[in-house]
Order: sequence, then structure tokens, then C-alpha cells
Amino acid sequence: MGPEEFDRNVELALADAQLRRNFAFAMGSFIARRQAVFSDAAQTERLRGQGQALKRRVLSRLPELLEELEANCTRNGIQVHWAETPAVANRLVLDIIERHAATRVVKGKSMVSEEMHLNAFLEKHGVEVVETDLGEFIIQLNGETPSHIIVPAIHKNKQQIARIFHEKVPGAPYTEEVEELNAIARATLRRKFAEAGVGISGVNFAVAETGTLCLVENEGNGRMCTTLPPVHIAVMGLEKVVEKLADLPPLLRLLTGSATGQFITTYVNLISSPRRACARPCSACAAAPASTTARSTPGSAATPTASSTRGRSARSSTPRFSDWTRPAPSPRPRASAAPARRSAPSRSPSPGCCGACATRRCHRRPRAPCPATAAAAAERSGWPGQGGGISTPTRGSTAC
Amino acid sequence: MRRPRGRQRTAFPRKDQNPLKPNPVYFFGTCLIESFFPRAGEAAIRLIEREGVPVRFPAGQSCCGQPAYNSGYPDDARAVARQQLRAFPDDEAPIVVPSGSCAGMMKHHYPGLFAGEPDQALAERFAGRVVEWSEFMAARLGVELEDRGAPLKVTWHSSCHAMREMNVIAHSKGLIRQLSRVELVELARERECCGFGGTFAVKHPAISGALVTDKVDDIRATGAERVIAGDCGCLLNITGAIAHRGLPIRGQHLAEFIWERTHGS
Repeated sequence: MGPEEFDRNVELALADAQLRRNFAFAMGSFIARRQAVFSDAAQTERLRGQGQALKRRVLSRLPELLEELEANCTRNGIQVHWAETPAVANRLVLDIIERHAATRVVKGKSMVSEEMHLNAFLEKHGVEVVETDLGEFIIQLNGETPSHIIVPAIHKNKQQIARIFHEKVPGAPYTEEVEELNAIARATLRRKFAEAGVGISGVNFAVAETGTLCLVENEGNGRMCTTLPPVHIAVMGLEKVVEKLADLPPLLRLLTGSATGQFITTYVNLISSPRRACARPCSACAAAPASTTARSTPGSAATPTASSTRGRSARSSTPRFSDWTRPAPSPRPRASAAPARRSAPSRSPSPGCCGACATRRCHRRPRAPCPATAAAAAERSGWPGQGGGISTPTRGSTAC
Repeated sequence: MRRPRGRQRTAFPRKDQNPLKPNPVYFFGTCLIESFFPRAGEAAIRLIEREGVPVRFPAGQSCCGQPAYNSGYPDDARAVARQQLRAFPDDEAPIVVPSGSCAGMMKHHYPGLFAGEPDQALAERFAGRVVEWSEFMAARLGVELEDRGAPLKVTWHSSCHAMREMNVIAHSKGLIRQLSRVELVELARERECCGFGGTFAVKHPAISGALVTDKVDDIRATGAERVIAGDCGCLLNITGAIAHRGLPIRGQHLAEFIWERTHGS
């Protein structure tokens, strides 16, 4: 952006009274919320001092901590890639996506990926990228960039969001009810989660001691990005590393208190490894490797075969939102979707199977949620699956 | 300089009682005070002297170097800063600065600016001596103020550097609160910048103008007759916007305000 363009944008933004009211309202409430959770000034100063000391220690031994992080992540089964420039980082991400023949990507909010202009890069290479953080989702629909690092759509009020949804989401009615707007986003995003071959997220803290990636969020969509697609790519800046797991509580307290005025976010994800393979896999596990997911959630299922086929056709042209929101193809008959499953002699774990795989989708059968969760989920969203969703934090994907 | 008669009796005993009271102190005048608010500087010096502490004003001092430093010209900033290091005798006496912004530059950025330079040690000693005026008055001298003015409602503007870099707002407001007939009404959005930001106001006049409009609205909403601040950059910006809108609100530097209230003039 040149100086003239910047000045022009400034002029337009300053003349937009609605925009300025939205910002003033949103920032005012954030400041009040922050003050409420940091009401004890002396304690806050101590906490900030503690946070500063932890970060300074990290900076003083950054190279060795990064190597320790790499070693522990690698031991946990996480592959670590290094990039010196945004171009290299973008290329690495694309290579991983292509290696897994994925063409649809879901993203949790990641500011470093914004700085890398990752979305534009991937879309140029025929990969469909869907932002799943509600704020990012809204501005992506409208072709904008985030106006705030933690509240990307802070400049929009609900009337403007209602208009964007009505215009950009096919079939979405105009509604200013927040719950209904959430439901529209939820219904759209659920299909994207199911179809995605790769999930991309940022990293709030990376713990060198344990090789753990920590992600905070309030919607559950971040967790969906890191758990539903078969491949998870976490993009982080070097400064996100911390020494020890014990460093997290003060840093999290400072982060969430300062960012959103919360004592803790609704979701705190600590990711220490990919899904672990069964030590003594049963025949069902053996027949169906964990990376080929096939959830048969009625009405939303997309087998990897189906998504990659559609993906290839999408590769030739820039994906548009209307492509995403096309009605999903009717679920294929299970037999044709995964012939391997038919040959599997049994869908129940064999003796000696660790049992963990029952929750890890490798049996190619819908995991049965506990009745209470299923009922609550169906009632609230009209969606038959389980898993976290926007503003409905009680349903964790591993809750029952 | 004339010393108020009423205070002279108490000033000297208190000086003896307080072993922390320095003798003398140096005063750094700042560009904006010299150019636009000389009375603020005079008041700041008089108030220190009234406590029985001699003030020395080294000739040859000029700018702290912040405009060049913030604009990305460290070499030019260093040249200006070096002049200040030379202008002040290299001793133990505090260097009192009636501005959170200039004090922040000299206290927190000089050591980094001179890192690896021949003057590094000198810059570090210099930085260690810098103290913002209201902190010096409240914390080092422990002044007790006697309000001689008529009842007045004022509001306080915290400059970003005084608040975030120097952390002296409690001292500044504490001085105002000592004035028994002054009612201090806080701004609703005190932590927001007034839009001056040094060279920012020149580089981005439209954004700066929007910020100061918000700030003046906030000041106006308090119903205060005066806005008091510890930084003349903010004051220049805010009083300019107030005058432009023709509002009956006066802006004043804290030192000038306190001198006016306690001197009885």
C-alpha cells in the first residue's frame, strides 16, 4: 500500500461515522472488561513483571529453546519446519497441503499467517481456504482483512454482519438475532470442517520443555481445525516459545485478561502430538488408517475421495464462496466410499485393542456420543453431529 | 527570583529533616516549554526552589533528541542527545524534567541509543539521574501543598509516556488531590492518546485530528473548566483543538497550575 492509498483509506475510514461508533463501542467495552479482571493494580503489576521476566528469559536463550522445542516436538511425532522468510513459510505450507493431496483447508485464527498473506498465496495455487474464527469468517466473506488482532471484525456491528451473511451466504435469511447469525455461520462451517483435508492454526505459546503447542480460543472452531482434518499445520513466530509448562499459567492469565477481559478462554488447547496410532491395532484399525477419515454424519459426510475430486476441479479456478456453500453431495453409499470397510470383519475393537481408537474415528463408524450430549447438540443447533461450535462451548469434541 | 514569604520558614527545616532531599538539582527545560509554555518551566523551577532545593539550569541544553529518534534517525538523535550529556555536569544530582515524554526518552532510551558508543557509561549514569517533575515533587521532596485558590473543577490528561513509560500519573494526580478546593474529575477514556504523538501529528494529521476531537469531547463531558497535563506536547495539541472549537476550557501544565493555586496570585 502506497502512502497515497493509505491516506485515502484514512480519509474514508474517518468519514465513516458508523465505523467509528463501532470501534468506540467495542474498544470501550473491552477496556472495561480488562479493568474488571485486573482490578488489583498491585497484583497486576506483579503479574506483568512475572510475564516480562519469563519472556526476557526466553529471549536470552532463544536459540537453544527453539532447538529444545524442535527436539521435543519431533519426539512427540510433530514435524518441525523452519522458514526464514514469509515466502519460504508459504511454500512449506503449500508443500504439505499438496503432499496430502488436499485442496480444502480450514483455518483457525492466525495473525502470523495474515502477515505472511498465506490465504492469498494458497488460493493462487488452487487451494480453498476457509477462515473458521467467526470474526475472520465474516471479514473473509466480505473480502476484508482483520482490523484487530484478536477481534478481526471489531469494526462491524451486528446489522452489518447480518447484511454480509444475507448477501454472501446462499439461502441465509436477513436476521439481526445473534443466535441466528451464529447458527448460519455454524451450519456453513460444519461442512467445511468435514470436507477439509488440512487444518491450519496459529500458536499462542509453544512449550520447549514438553513440545506442546498451546492455543486459546472461545469458539471451539480452533479445536475443530486442529482435530477434524487429518493433517494439522501450526504456524508460529519464533517468539512464541516458552521454557516450561509451568510458565503457562501466568502468561495465559495476562494474555486472556488483556486480550478479551477473561480470566481464561473457553477453550485452552494443549497439543502435544498427532493422534497416536493404536499400539496393538484391531483388524478394523488395521484396515482403516487413521489419516483417512470417513465420518458418516448424515448430510455432511464427505469422504476424502469426494473432497479431493471436487478439489481438483476447484484447482483450475479461484474458489469462490458459492463453491463452498453449494449443497453437499448426498452421502455416497458407504460401500462405495470405503470399500476397505466392507472387508473389515468386525466394527468393534478386537481383544487387545487399546480402545482409544474408538474415539479416534478409525473404526469408520460414527462415534456414539453420550445421549445427553447428542440431545443437547441436536436441540441447540439442529445439527446431528457433536463437537465444539460457535458460542456453545459446553460441547467439546471429546466431552463424552 | 522572589521566594514566597509564607513558605520560607517551613522550607529550610523540612530540607534538614529530609536527608533524601538533594542539593542541588539540575533542570531540563524541554523544547516545548521553552518555545510555547515558558511559564510552566518557571513555575516548575520556583516550586522546587520553594522547597529549599537550589535549581541549576545548565546553559547549552537543547532537545532530548526524541523527534529524530522516533523518526528512525538514531545517528542524528545521538548527536543531539550527546549535547545534553555534555551540557549537564557529570555528578550525582538529579536531572528534573517537567515532561513525561522527554524524561522517558532520556531515562529509558539513552542507554540503548549509546550502547557500544564511547559515551555509553556516561549515558547510563545520566539516565539514572533523570526524574520526572511531578514524581520528584511528590516522591523525593514530599511536598505539602496549601490551596489558596477559589473552588475549581479540573480534569487531568495523562500523556502516554508519563503513564506507560514513566509510570508517574499517581504522583501527578496526587499533587492535584492535595489542593483542597480543586475537584478532579477523571476522563472517561483517560488511557487514550490525545493524538499528538510527537511527529505523528505531522505525519498523520487526519488521524491525529480525529483523536484530539474525541479527547476534547471527553474533556468537555467532565464539565471541568480546566484541563491539566504534565506534558506540553499534549497540551499544545489539546488547547489548539479547544481554541479551534471556541470552547471556554483552559489548558495548563501541572507546574503552572500548582504554582497558581499555592502562590496566591
